[in-house]
Amino acid sequence: MSSIAHELAKKQKEISVSEFFEKNKQILGFDSLTRALITSVKEPVDNSLDACEDAGVLPELLVRVEKIDEKEYRVTVEDNGPGIVKKQVPNVFARLLYGSRFHTRAQRRGQQGIGVSAVVMYGQLTTGKAARVRSKISDEEVAYECDLILDTKKNRPDVIKEDFVIWDRPHGTSFQINVKGKYIGGKQSIFEYLKGVAIVNPHAKITFIPPEGNAVVFERASDIVPPPTKEIKPHPEGVELGELLSMAKYTESNKMTSFLNTEFSRISYRVARDICELAGVPPEQRPDKMRLEQAGAILEAIKKVKIMSPDTDCLSPIGETLIRKGLKNVLGQLKADFYAPPITREPKVYAGNPFVVEVGIVYGGGLNREEQVQILRFANRVPLMYQQGACAITQAVEAVDWRRYGLEQRGGQGIPFGPAIVLVHVASTKIPFTSESKEAIANIPEIKEEIELALKACARRLKTHLNKAEKKSKTRVKFEIVQDIIPMIAQKAAKIVGKPVPKLAGTITKIMNVVWIDDEVKFEKNRHHISVKIYNYTPKSQNFHLHMLLPYDKVDQKTLKMQPIEVREANKVTWDVKRLSSTDILELNFDLHGVPQEQYDQNELYVSGIDSASVIGAEVLPGDWDLEHLRITEEGPAEEPEEGEEGEIDYDEGVEVVKDEE
Amino acid sequence: MKNEERHQRAVNKLTDIAGSIYDQIDDGKIPKMMIPLRTKSNIRFDPKAAVWKYGKAMGARSAKKLTGAQMLLRTTYMLEFIEGMIKEEKSSTLREMYYISEGWAKGKFNAQDESNMLAEDLEIITQCMREDFKLRPEEDGARVIGNVTIQELDRKGKMKKINCRDDVGDSGYGIPYNVEKDKIEFLDCDADFLIAIETGGMFDRLVENKFDEDAHAVLVHLKGQPARSTRRFIKRINEEMKLPVCTFVDGDPWSFRIHASLAYGAIKTAHLSEYLATPTAEFIGITASDILNYDLPTDKLNDKDIQALNAEKTDPRFNDGFWKHEIDLMLEIGKKAEQQALAKYGLDYVTDTYLPEKLSEIGMMK
Repeated sequence: MSSIAHELAKKQKEISVSEFFEKNKQILGFDSLTRALITSVKEPVDNSLDACEDAGVLPELLVRVEKIDEKEYRVTVEDNGPGIVKKQVPNVFARLLYGSRFHTRAQRRGQQGIGVSAVVMYGQLTTGKAARVRSKISDEEVAYECDLILDTKKNRPDVIKEDFVIWDRPHGTSFQINVKGKYIGGKQSIFEYLKGVAIVNPHAKITFIPPEGNAVVFERASDIVPPPTKEIKPHPEGVELGELLSMAKYTESNKMTSFLNTEFSRISYRVARDICELAGVPPEQRPDKMRLEQAGAILEAIKKVKIMSPDTDCLSPIGETLIRKGLKNVLGQLKADFYAPPITREPKVYAGNPFVVEVGIVYGGGLNREEQVQILRFANRVPLMYQQGACAITQAVEAVDWRRYGLEQRGGQGIPFGPAIVLVHVASTKIPFTSESKEAIANIPEIKEEIELALKACARRLKTHLNKAEKKSKTRVKFEIVQDIIPMIAQKAAKIVGKPVPKLAGTITKIMNVVWIDDEVKFEKNRHHISVKIYNYTPKSQNFHLHMLLPYDKVDQKTLKMQPIEVREANKVTWDVKRLSSTDILELNFDLHGVPQEQYDQNELYVSGIDSASVIGAEVLPGDWDLEHLRITEEGPAEEPEEGEEGEIDYDEGVEVVKDEE
Repeated sequence: MKNEERHQRAVNKLTDIAGSIYDQIDDGKIPKMMIPLRTKSNIRFDPKAAVWKYGKAMGARSAKKLTGAQMLLRTTYMLEFIEGMIKEEKSSTLREMYYISEGWAKGKFNAQDESNMLAEDLEIITQCMREDFKLRPEEDGARVIGNVTIQELDRKGKMKKINCRDDVGDSGYGIPYNVEKDKIEFLDCDADFLIAIETGGMFDRLVENKFDEDAHAVLVHLKGQPARSTRRFIKRINEEMKLPVCTFVDGDPWSFRIHASLAYGAIKTAHLSEYLATPTAEFIGITASDILNYDLPTDKLNDKDIQALNAEKTDPRFNDGFWKHEIDLMLEIGKKAEQQALAKYGLDYVTDTYLPEKLSEIGMMK
């Protein structure tokens, strides 16, 4: 049976590759002129980033798109990666399905080895021009340069011209291709694609030179190269019949048990014996002699035997810190109010493949309030540009009831409206795409559920922020009343009746009745100026502890007038606020020096020893002083009791039109 | 009461307000003022005066909320300003006061509506009139033509006799903002009725067609929603000269409200209804029935019109058979018409046919 399959495969290869390409334009990502141009940028960029990461190099990419005539463009992608040895260059760039990744399981951008060769073929079919590749490895003095085409009959590269040239880079690869395409701006554009790349690859510096000239540079936000991803053997749970048969044919093991043990992860000899026994397959049998029905029995047995979940340390999520950095770095000019602390979930498994979901939310400020929320989808650090509706990420976003988290959503489902950008990244050794064009993640229940959980966890952080902001703005209004208006009313009234100005404490504390903590961080000349003002607007004197999370070794001690009573683990700082009389104000000011601006942009303030309901501007101290967001129990918006005395109507808030005029 | 007494009384009342605010703060309370609600659900019919006045429902203006605190602050500034004017024997227009508030820091008014409303609030609380506070409206320019003789105190302090038909030009006699007895007396009136007209165009049409002489009528141009002085003028002439009054306005919900404020009392100034409203005034039209009966050219009701009509259905002033019928009919046909739509049948149609027909229906014309 299996030999028949292999025979068929041989014949299939003989179908004209260009015919195959024509038929599969869409799944390969060349179905429209706009999309073809994006794909022509995307594939070499993915390869460059993979290559840099493999070599542990901080990527520096140059992407140039030049207009040749109405419909022809020249795309150049240059990297500072390790380079490719001369012998391999033609195969890497001009042979379909070539590449070391087809059978391995690792979190990679490119997965099938179709990508960049398809671009070469597309260019060649639409413009008749060859691709030019230049590559230099650090051992060599000169770079190797060649012009390549793909022999579509044989699926073989054809080098039409080659040479050695001087290149001022120490190492790297440059790929250049002419393609028929259309260059556009907007949501699905090369610029947006590279912007997405820059967000999820904060360690990369990307320079983009569009046809109209002006170069855009996405600067690097992190100097840490993600650790190279590990390859893992397939986990038995996800293996399919044909795959099992093919693996059995090519294995070097002589016995079924050792085959199962060496070719799969998480199968010990004991488990292998159990599987064979359950399947009724002799453990000593040669694997290449396995019959179809035996293979079926083995798959059935695998389902029944208890097998540990696959290793998940083969995944390389971006991480909460770097997602936030990437978003801030690239979207900074939008001047958003809030970057919700991102969520990186624990790795999970679907069909034997480990995966991990990450979510980040940007909110408010310059973002449009009237429009649908923008969803940024990523799979293995690659932005997904097309087929948004078909993607599990979009479906998960639509399934969450965002009204609970402060966004508008008709009927509690569908893409919500509001000033927000939602980033979702799914990383896996095998992303289940809906098609070869790799634009939408298939709706696998395990994956969709994880995305939903991650979205909700991140949305809760957003909601907490919104609640706080609302509470604070309400208080700010009252603050204006007691700070500015009441004193003036008292002064005027006193003048009219001819008496001394009355004491205001009673009135003020009745209106506010809170301890209000107002804080600020300003960055100037490489210093963070931090100011915390504590207003006691309660009728009695207050004693409590104020806690802050800050890099205490970076505090400029000369600026710190009020010494803390405790500093723990170098960053948990506690002050004693003692006998703060009613209507008195305590100011705590100091500077931080030597801290990068983005590393400290918000004060984290906590209080203890006081009823937290009467404090605005600081949270209750978490029990373990641990300050992890997850541990802080979520508090609902503390509903303020309806103001005004029982049944009293507010004269100035009547909604009724009292006028007889139009 | 003499002017000085009135002003002194106003000063005392205003000082009481300041005193109340002062005492509340001194007692450590959140200062507030209680004011009768100026809403349509809080107007009651006073059978004795036959007009609508405020009921007993009160609202609180409290410093607990920002708007309330701002209004209280404005109140203290305004008290100080009014006292100053009374002391220095000056007066100001409402608009001038609005501009003066530019210097009131957080007490500055955002729009003249706000300052006008606050002036009315003070009238209600103190039971004084804004004239007692030395505040006056802009000259409003409503006009009168007809055989009425009045005596007006001129700028030089002399009493001047004016006949509103013979001594005036085509634009008629202009009603001043003060129409009290110290300024105006009615000496003589030879007319059968007074017709109050909403638009200038229709007023001019009636003047050109000599309707005042032919129908033996006094014509008053309301200029939309009539100002206080116009309403007061009509009320005085109605009472003192025993002159019946009718209103002739456009056929839309807003014009119904013009009649309501002239005849029944306006919601916004219901504290002065007894002094401003003419309860015997009759509504001539344009009614919704007129639109059908006279087959008048129309416009479609817009959303605001429909909202206004629906609001009138719960307005106690319109709670009688006539108004219910007309409001429902207008909603049903979904149309409105201007007074001047009568010109469809020629320029004389309004004076030769429409008004005589309508006026004889209510017995004002024989």
